[in-house]
Amino acid sequence: MMTLSAVAVGQSVVVRRVGGERSFRRRLMELGVLPGTQMRLMRIAPLGDPMELLVRGCSMSIRRSEADSIEVHSIDTSAGSP
Amino acid sequence: MNSVQSTVPDNNAEGATPRIAIIGNPNVGKSTIFNRLTGASVKVGNYPGVTVERSVGRLDIGGTEALSLIDVPGTYSLSARSAEEQIAIQEALGLGDFPAPDLVLVVLDAGQLTRNLYLAVQLAELRAPMVVALNMVDEALEAPSPEAVSQLLGVPCVGTNARSGSGLDELRDALRAAVEHPPRPTTEVRYPAKLMAVIDRLVEALPEAWRGSVERDRGLALWTLLSVDKNDELENIPSTLRRASLNAYTELEPVLDVDEVVIETRYRYIEEQLLAGRSSSKTEIKRPFSERIDRIALHPLFGFALFVAVMLLLFQTLFAWSDPLIGAVENGIAALQGLASSTLPSGIFRDLITEGVIGGVGNVVVFLPQIVLLFFLLGLLEDCGYMSRIAYLMDRIMRSCGLHGRAFVPMFSGFACAVPAILATRTMERQRDRLLTMMVVPLMSCSARLPVYTLIIAALFPPASVYGISIQSWLMVGMYLFSTATALVAAAVLGRTAVKGRHVPLLMELPPYRTPDLWSTVHMVWQRSRSFLKEAGTVILACTILLWALLSFPKPAPIALDAASAKSNTEMSQPSALEQSYAGQLGKTLEPAIEPLGFDWKIGVGLIGAFAAREVFVSTMGLVYGIGDEDVESPLRERLRAESTADGKPRYTPLVGLSLMIFFALACQCMSTLAVVKRETRTWRWPAFMFAYMTALAWVCSFVVYQGGVWLGYG
Repeated sequence: MMTLSAVAVGQSVVVRRVGGERSFRRRLMELGVLPGTQMRLMRIAPLGDPMELLVRGCSMSIRRSEADSIEVHSIDTSAGSP
Repeated sequence: MNSVQSTVPDNNAEGATPRIAIIGNPNVGKSTIFNRLTGASVKVGNYPGVTVERSVGRLDIGGTEALSLIDVPGTYSLSARSAEEQIAIQEALGLGDFPAPDLVLVVLDAGQLTRNLYLAVQLAELRAPMVVALNMVDEALEAPSPEAVSQLLGVPCVGTNARSGSGLDELRDALRAAVEHPPRPTTEVRYPAKLMAVIDRLVEALPEAWRGSVERDRGLALWTLLSVDKNDELENIPSTLRRASLNAYTELEPVLDVDEVVIETRYRYIEEQLLAGRSSSKTEIKRPFSERIDRIALHPLFGFALFVAVMLLLFQTLFAWSDPLIGAVENGIAALQGLASSTLPSGIFRDLITEGVIGGVGNVVVFLPQIVLLFFLLGLLEDCGYMSRIAYLMDRIMRSCGLHGRAFVPMFSGFACAVPAILATRTMERQRDRLLTMMVVPLMSCSARLPVYTLIIAALFPPASVYGISIQSWLMVGMYLFSTATALVAAAVLGRTAVKGRHVPLLMELPPYRTPDLWSTVHMVWQRSRSFLKEAGTVILACTILLWALLSFPKPAPIALDAASAKSNTEMSQPSALEQSYAGQLGKTLEPAIEPLGFDWKIGVGLIGAFAAREVFVSTMGLVYGIGDEDVESPLRERLRAESTADGKPRYTPLVGLSLMIFFALACQCMSTLAVVKRETRTWRWPAFMFAYMTALAWVCSFVVYQGGVWLGYG
């Protein structure tokens, strides 16, 4: 099972399951991070944390510790590079 | 939610005129629309109990009467976990301390439509009467038509471009029509039957005052189910409703994932209705321009270079560029004082006017240059989108001390002055983050400490050098490092104790870069300056007058009574006026408390005087020694060096100097800071706490340094 914190910079993935503390998880889903949603890891901040994600055309940042609770699977291998 | 709290702001501006609440996600141009529609008629208050601002403006839509427009803080959703987040739903439905608005104006970013519509759908489910502004239609690559949005929600929708002003006339027309005939949304999001059965039961637990139509009740029950949690910080939720909601959640938990199902259903509804089922979740870059900038702005190397450059600009602004303005203010005040003292007959009244009143006004106005410049710069940074990038870059460091990434700029501004820096904490949404930052900002070594350090270092330390750099430079650098380290440690400690709050994971949008809207920024600067003058200013003025009275009364006894001592010691006769004043007496009363730090009563008086502003320490010490020259600095240095104890040793050793500098670095010797914290937190509790903890910290550290030094033989 791959979590978001293991994704390489530039890689696109599909959300499989959103976990974590309830109110954070709820807000994350309200911002459109839902199972089946595609997202791309744009970059990681120079000091190693947080990371920047592209979700539904919007850039948002979360920390690695929270990214750990988002399960994803890769799309690049099956669907080819976008 | 209907409790009346003591801090309900003055609502006269709203009165009986129709009210429109303006709601939207952050960074969608909501405030620009608000400013364009209301002009300069805005009144700023606070929401009761929280440090969130509430702006109300008058909207002239050409009809018979004016409307009140309320700028609700930006929010991604109505569901809430804290009192701050609860504001949106309270304003939209009138559940809080304010009556329900006649209309809700929802501002949507056409470029982020799906996510923005999520909020609109929530409002529609609650059947709030609404009008939609589809903003930034020019920026969106595939702009959906306002008609499609209007159809989805069942209410009027106008395409706008707030910055250029296009569409605003149509929006005014739509608002005018809607106030007369409030459009009710018709949205029907279909949730699973199992969920609806529970919702219909939960509706029964809603308090009578919340109830409305069937749809609204269901919407509210759904809101409660999603928001109420075992450890939320919501306010005014009746305990029966809270219990019922928690029970309902527990009941549903094994059957379905409530949060996920509700949110997913809403998203699917939006995509089906608006995009004909196309998913909005593809990861194409919608804003290539912003992405190109970020490649540099967030680059490990160039990104930090740019960051340092921006911070230097901020520093330059606060120090160098505000300096001539501050000088002008000070000269103006001095001229006024000169004018007053030459026209008024000498006496207590003249002193009150010149030193108390005019001096006090000066103490307030002198902050304006920095406040105006800082807020102008902060406004531009926020508006163009860079402020979020600063938080992104600095998060790692700030978080290690329990601070929000956005606390960086206020902390950094604290090097110039704590007053604008504390006002700058408003860029943070969470009350707890703001409070924690406010509590530690005054520990940063502000510019008013510099003259004090300079005096002490020059007077009491030998001009030797170590590693080719003078001791004096080492000391100065050391004080800055010491203050920064203390502030960060204090943040870490206070964040776990006095300003404890739930851990809230970072979830921050990096908005697309945009050209800042000058008009809105100028407007904001004007609002901030005005509210500072009005609210913090009065406290500062009152404190100045009080301090003046402490330092001037009681007037010295006639010389005749004092003749004997005056003759025997001419040096002592001059300071006797100050010595006999309340401040002098207070200094002597304080002496036993500050003696273990190496200070005598004279320094005690200086500390009292420095409460007006730290640099006043220098002139007050001058008064203590009866130095009336224009240039206090150099004769004062001599006097401090010459001061000796009974056995002929120097009274003020380098160790006393170090102890005094440590005390100045840590003590809350600044009434203006306290006044501003009072203004921002709307209570005396936090300034009192700040004063207590900083003074205690200063005392303990100076004690350790002085007594430790004496013990090691440096006394």
